[in-house]
Amino acid sequence: MNVAPAVDMDRVGAVLDRFEKGERSHLVHALQDLQSEIHYLPKEAIKAAAKYLDVPLHSAFSVATFYKAFSLVPRGETIIKVCLGTSCHIRGASVVVEDLRIGLGVGPGETTQDMKYTVEVVNCVGACALAPVVIANTRYIADVKPGTIVKIIEEG
Amino acid sequence: MGIANLKKLEARRSALHKAHENVKTQVRVCSGTGCAALGAFEVYDALVEESKKAGLPVQVELAPCGKDKDPIFVSLTGCQGFCQIGPLVHILPEDILYTGVKVSSVKDIVGKTLADGQVIDKLLYKNPEDKKRLKGRADIPFYKGQELVALEGCGSVAADSLDSYIASGGFSSLAKALKMDPDQVIAEVEKSGLRGRGGGGFPTGRKWRSCVNATGDERFVICNGDEGDPGAFMDCCIMEGDPYRVIEGMIICAHAVGSSTGFIYVRHEYPRAVERLSLAVKTCEENGLLGTKILGSDLNFDISVARGGGAFVCGESTALMRSIEGSVGEPRAKYVRSVQRGFRDKPTVLNNVETFACVPSIINEGSDWFASRGTEKSSGTKAFCLVGKVVNTGLIEVPMGTKLRDVVFGIGGGIIDGRPFKAVQTGGPSGGCLGENYLDLPVDFDALAEAGSMMGSGGMIVMDDRTCMVDVAKYFLNFLMEESCGKCVPCREGVYQLHALLDKLSRGEGEPQDLEKIQRLGKEIQVSSLCGLGKSAPNPVLSTLKNFREEYEAHVNDKRCPAGVCRDITTFTIDPDKCTGCLVCKKACPPDAISGEKKQVHVIDQDKCTQCGACRLVCKFDAVVTS
Ligand SMILES: Cc1cc2nc3c(=O)[nH]c(=O)nc-3n(C[C@H](O)[C@H](O)[C@H](O)COP(=O)(O)O)c2cc1C
Ligand code: SF4
Ligand code: SF4
Ligand code: FES
Ligand code: FES
Repeated sequence: MNVAPAVDMDRVGAVLDRFEKGERSHLVHALQDLQSEIHYLPKEAIKAAAKYLDVPLHSAFSVATFYKAFSLVPRGETIIKVCLGTSCHIRGASVVVEDLRIGLGVGPGETTQDMKYTVEVVNCVGACALAPVVIANTRYIADVKPGTIVKIIEEG
Repeated sequence: MGIANLKKLEARRSALHKAHENVKTQVRVCSGTGCAALGAFEVYDALVEESKKAGLPVQVELAPCGKDKDPIFVSLTGCQGFCQIGPLVHILPEDILYTGVKVSSVKDIVGKTLADGQVIDKLLYKNPEDKKRLKGRADIPFYKGQELVALEGCGSVAADSLDSYIASGGFSSLAKALKMDPDQVIAEVEKSGLRGRGGGGFPTGRKWRSCVNATGDERFVICNGDEGDPGAFMDCCIMEGDPYRVIEGMIICAHAVGSSTGFIYVRHEYPRAVERLSLAVKTCEENGLLGTKILGSDLNFDISVARGGGAFVCGESTALMRSIEGSVGEPRAKYVRSVQRGFRDKPTVLNNVETFACVPSIINEGSDWFASRGTEKSSGTKAFCLVGKVVNTGLIEVPMGTKLRDVVFGIGGGIIDGRPFKAVQTGGPSGGCLGENYLDLPVDFDALAEAGSMMGSGGMIVMDDRTCMVDVAKYFLNFLMEESCGKCVPCREGVYQLHALLDKLSRGEGEPQDLEKIQRLGKEIQVSSLCGLGKSAPNPVLSTLKNFREEYEAHVNDKRCPAGVCRDITTFTIDPDKCTGCLVCKKACPPDAISGEKKQVHVIDQDKCTQCGACRLVCKFDAVVTS
């Protein structure tokens, strides 16, 4: 198991300050911003958001768990998103997952021991014409050929 | 500088036209998702810098007060269509399309083409058929047979520039609509025959009319940019590439139905669309095109951009509205229609991005103009994202009623590596697969539905003989199983069961009665689910079962996957007669299951092989065979 680092509540507060206090409809947006700041949604952050936006705690958690975009566990420095959209699927995306599984030792949803990489799968990132596509943090890697992805990512 | 009224809008436009007339050369760098992924932004930066260094009069904005003589206008556009060979740089008026442009090509482009008017042959598109280089869009088969309406500005206007949009005629449609009675606007949209581009094909004018007729003190206009189909990017391209057109369409709708508040709900995975739309909304506000007294009329209208949470079901109208309200996106039963009681229980018009993008042209050119395109019951044009195992992939727009064959083999250039065509999938997870006997089908809403598929939002995924229909059906069911919001039992449990049955087939454990079970269960789910997700979830499996029954039977009776995809029943071997010993597959094999020396026949160690198919994918000699 990876140990979760302590949550910096000042950063949480700073993100929440950008929203109108007590404005319930900002919940999804606020959680998105929190997640981009801390890379995942620690319990403490969800609680703080619920309190700030005056949303019942259980609704905040159900929103945080309903939407796929949110992660409630810590994630690695580089988030590798393998597109498994239809176009990528039929153009060999499963080989990319296999390459990562063997090369980095982790499958979808997992993070390497050293917290360097998290592998995730997503559905279509809008570059279907270049399938299969991988996104490492913000970098798009197009037309990924079998046997190449680990090297491309490690070389940065 | 605000655009307080219609006169000022026209003054601005003519000033921009003057500026435009002076422009000697336009250089349009595609910055759509595909080209951006391949490095288009770096190319753009390098182009601007290199041109400046060379002392060329570059201009990155279409400024009416430009003093340079014969300026070169360099802009970032949305998707120019042919993403596959990006990054694209389109040079006008000469119509030179440079493909696969890298930062290292920029020096030549500036020195030879921009400064000296020469065409650089090696950057031109090479026609795979005769290896001839083709100069511009007018010559390239991919662009022939297309007609751009919703995509008119995508790839031509500078994506983040209000001025560029105005110069291309932008907001003249709004100006015209504001002089019309709201009722006339609706009548015009009704007459055009425009049907919703988000999947259902509901007549847009009728939807607007019911919203007006519904009682309520407030009305909302929402643009659906959730684009949940996991293999489609048309709406993404429009939002990124021509955001002002979508906004203009929404303002016209607001005028027609009497709304003062609008939302654009954008899919979570499209950060650049969020960015460009937000910027466009802000620029419109600053210029008096959104806010109060738009263009000096009595219309007040605001738009907020909302980011989706990344759930497919949120593209469904009622779930989407709940999501904007800040709750969990669960659909609601359809007996209350959202035009009557939608967002915050008020009358609401929800339309797809492409639907709104069609509206300005309809008002400007007239309903007859629009209706004269396409087929009788599906007027106009439709954008598709043509992807999969087809030679030319990208974003296209064709008149409704164009034959599948003309799309796949004309625009698409046929199947990769000359393999046999097997099927084309339309309609995403709610659609179906059509085989060879449907190639002459005219693509429109009704023809596709009759054939057992559907239009959907416009994904068109081409499949070859190495695509397994059981696997495709299983793929969509797996997607839907994860995306079912879980509110209703038929969808939650039924889709799970269907998936389990297909999984059984793909493992070679299928029994003869399973095919009937699949059919029965599928029909059951279709009639008893709450929302469109469940109702349409069985479509991919039912359509493939109908059109490719032998393939299902091979899985059940012979425990064999003819396409060589289902791992548990496929063995990969190398044909010694065909193998050239090129080492390529050996390098590609993830578990290192392949051995062989250079120029020697390679062998697969079956104990190590995980049947991933990488070797078959990379072998250029067709030497990897499956059984
Ligand atoms: C499960 C599900 C997902 C949907 N996803 C989308 C989508 O991503 N984009 C979209 O425009 N419409 C989507 N729709 C259709 C919408 O509910 C709605 O009909 C449409 O946005 C209306 O706009 P239109 O009439 O302009 O097509 C979806 C429907 C269902 C049932
Ligand atoms: S890629 Fe094909 S030709 Fe090359 S070694 Fe492998 S099987 Fe033989
Ligand atoms: S199918 Fe995959 S694991 Fe098996 S030999 Fe080919 S590349 Fe290697
Ligand atoms: S399917 Fe992978 S980018 Fe669209
Ligand atoms: S993204 Fe450049 S052509 Fe589509």
